[in-house]
Amino acid sequence: MQHVYLDHAATTPMRAEAVEAMLPFLTVRFGNPSGAHAAGRDARRALEEARDVIADALGCRPEEVVFTSGGTESDNTALGSAGEGSIVTSAIEHHAVLEPAMASGAAIASVGRDGLIDLDSLADALDDQVRLVSVMLVNNEVGVIQPLGDIAKLVRDLAPRAALHTDGVQALPWLDVAALAADAELVSVSAHKVGGPKGVGVLVVRTGTPFTPLLRGGGQERERRAGTQPVGLVAGFAAAVTATVAEREATNARVSALRDRLADGLVDIDGCVETGDRTRKVPGNVHVCFEGVDAEALVFLLEQGGVLASAGASCASGALETSHVLTAMGVLDSLARGSLRLSLGHSSTTADVDRALDVVPAAVDRLRARGGG
Amino acid sequence: MRVLCAMSGGVDSSVAAALLRDAGHDVVGVTMKLWGGASDTGCCSVSDVDDARRVAQQLDIDHHVFAFGDEFTEHVVEPYIAAHAAGRTPNPCVECNRHLKFDRLFRRADALGFDAVATGHHARVVHGPHSTWRIARGADAAKDQSYVLYMLGQEQLVRTLLPVGDRTKADVRTLAARLGLRTAAKPESQDVCFITSSAGRSGFLGRCLPLTPGVVVDASGSLVGAVDAVELVTIGQRRGLGLPGGSRTPRFVTDVDVPAGVVTVGVADDLLVDRVVVSELCWADEPVAGSVLVQCSAHGRPVGGHFDPSSSSVVWHEPQRRAAPGQAVVLYDGDQVIGGGLAALR
Repeated sequence: MQHVYLDHAATTPMRAEAVEAMLPFLTVRFGNPSGAHAAGRDARRALEEARDVIADALGCRPEEVVFTSGGTESDNTALGSAGEGSIVTSAIEHHAVLEPAMASGAAIASVGRDGLIDLDSLADALDDQVRLVSVMLVNNEVGVIQPLGDIAKLVRDLAPRAALHTDGVQALPWLDVAALAADAELVSVSAHKVGGPKGVGVLVVRTGTPFTPLLRGGGQERERRAGTQPVGLVAGFAAAVTATVAEREATNARVSALRDRLADGLVDIDGCVETGDRTRKVPGNVHVCFEGVDAEALVFLLEQGGVLASAGASCASGALETSHVLTAMGVLDSLARGSLRLSLGHSSTTADVDRALDVVPAAVDRLRARGGG
Repeated sequence: MRVLCAMSGGVDSSVAAALLRDAGHDVVGVTMKLWGGASDTGCCSVSDVDDARRVAQQLDIDHHVFAFGDEFTEHVVEPYIAAHAAGRTPNPCVECNRHLKFDRLFRRADALGFDAVATGHHARVVHGPHSTWRIARGADAAKDQSYVLYMLGQEQLVRTLLPVGDRTKADVRTLAARLGLRTAAKPESQDVCFITSSAGRSGFLGRCLPLTPGVVVDASGSLVGAVDAVELVTIGQRRGLGLPGGSRTPRFVTDVDVPAGVVTVGVADDLLVDRVVVSELCWADEPVAGSVLVQCSAHGRPVGGHFDPSSSSVVWHEPQRRAAPGQAVVLYDGDQVIGGGLAALR
């Protein structure tokens, strides 16, 4: 039985144009872009062409694009740029922001029940000692979009010496990051959430922003990120971004409709609550909590029924952790234990939604008849 | 059958999974993620999960991880701490079997439609009298783990598979090596999974409990030594009591009074008692009275006694060293476990 994939927030299938864009670099155009000879210059040209495309999509200049190994490296790099200064971040950030932030003793701004940042809590934490504020544009678990414009204004007024970083990894598939993150000095994005390959991302570093490289060595990326750039991956990223931006309006409309049918169908189930405000979310996210159900068991049964989904953030051991995002939003433990995230993407179809609506209610019933699982 | 095989990352459960697969069962491997803290003992740490996953991959079976950390903390770690605070010597692996492996995991397996749960324990599930099921000692006497499975009742036994129980440990390692399993030569997990070799029991408990310094007295009440922590002292203990060296006869802890901060020592004969009171008794099937063989520690010698239901105690045929309160007292009929409980405090 072919599985229905509803975990696009975790990763996405590669777009055909991205695969095609990568192939020459996996075969004949194999030069190192730092090389002085023809093979190097050829690779360099491809790298810079891709950089231009991505810069355009992100609303920045090409020299402000730093290629990294992905969202996690971009986030870690951004957080490191606070130097010895203090950091303020939100309670619902991805671990790639929270881990380095906590290691530096960051202050945490709370969020409301809707997942939106509590601007008063943020304001309280801001002062002229703060060097970096990091708030994700879109949350990976519940899909909520933060009011980055309002946040930027607060930061300018109350923490004038702070740079604003936003983790835009989950925003890039759906939103005009160029417009929405225009006020952020540092922006993280990742290729594998938009139909590009795993292993490459970008950190936008706007000119004049204080910056500390994470990787030192051969001086690539204008001394900001050492290491031979993976031209093939970068080319794949550029192709994926181009396709994403071109199709975005149509995709968003189509996926929103699919999402609404799926979410409405699930909320119809007894003891099922939708998490967060759907009108403030990206089109692909469905997040619900089931009373009296164990999320781990639910996800297992869903797979048995041919649906691949997630209950929350995964961790290295493969077990599902209790979500810090749900806790921060004030979701009761009894509900948070039964959380389910179904995330659609550009390749999602009506049949996918049909199968999910077929499998989920039966799985929930089965588990409730057996103590939750 | 659809079998959920608990895989700890060790060689026994690795081979158990292989044997089930070879017997034609539809096997899914699972590792329970129980402890999120530091762990270097070779059971259920993040690297052990990795070992288990890689073995499952070699065997071409699916592998899942179930996060039961909350239940583990509630049913194993916290009672472990509380027991020490009360002067008992708990066996956390027994509680993990009771509450996690053969309870929480069983409920999960049932919810997911599995017919049976398997582990790598060295013990056997056999037919007892009157069409009942019983745990019996494993084929390798030196590795027998029937003791830690004493709490299993009919409901669990009917759905439990113990594939390596009829093999010796050496056989298991040989089979693992022949299958090319990466865990064939992995050392056995020692000690408790949530206590690191560096911190030890005292380091762990010291972080969770205020440890009480105590005095060591002899039977007449005379002061003979001191200890840093009465909570860490066990009945029958010989060392670490601050006793003057070169004593004529060895002395052992005969009693620990945690609230009073007093450890009493005596000579070997002072340790002898005529019975052990058993609390929280459970039976494999029907309660039993009369002659039984009893084991009071994981590697202890089984000894004969008479179970008296009215006092819930085993009266020894011959005086025996006092069992440490909190230790499991397991009753056998020959090789078969018929029930058990915990040595009572008083």
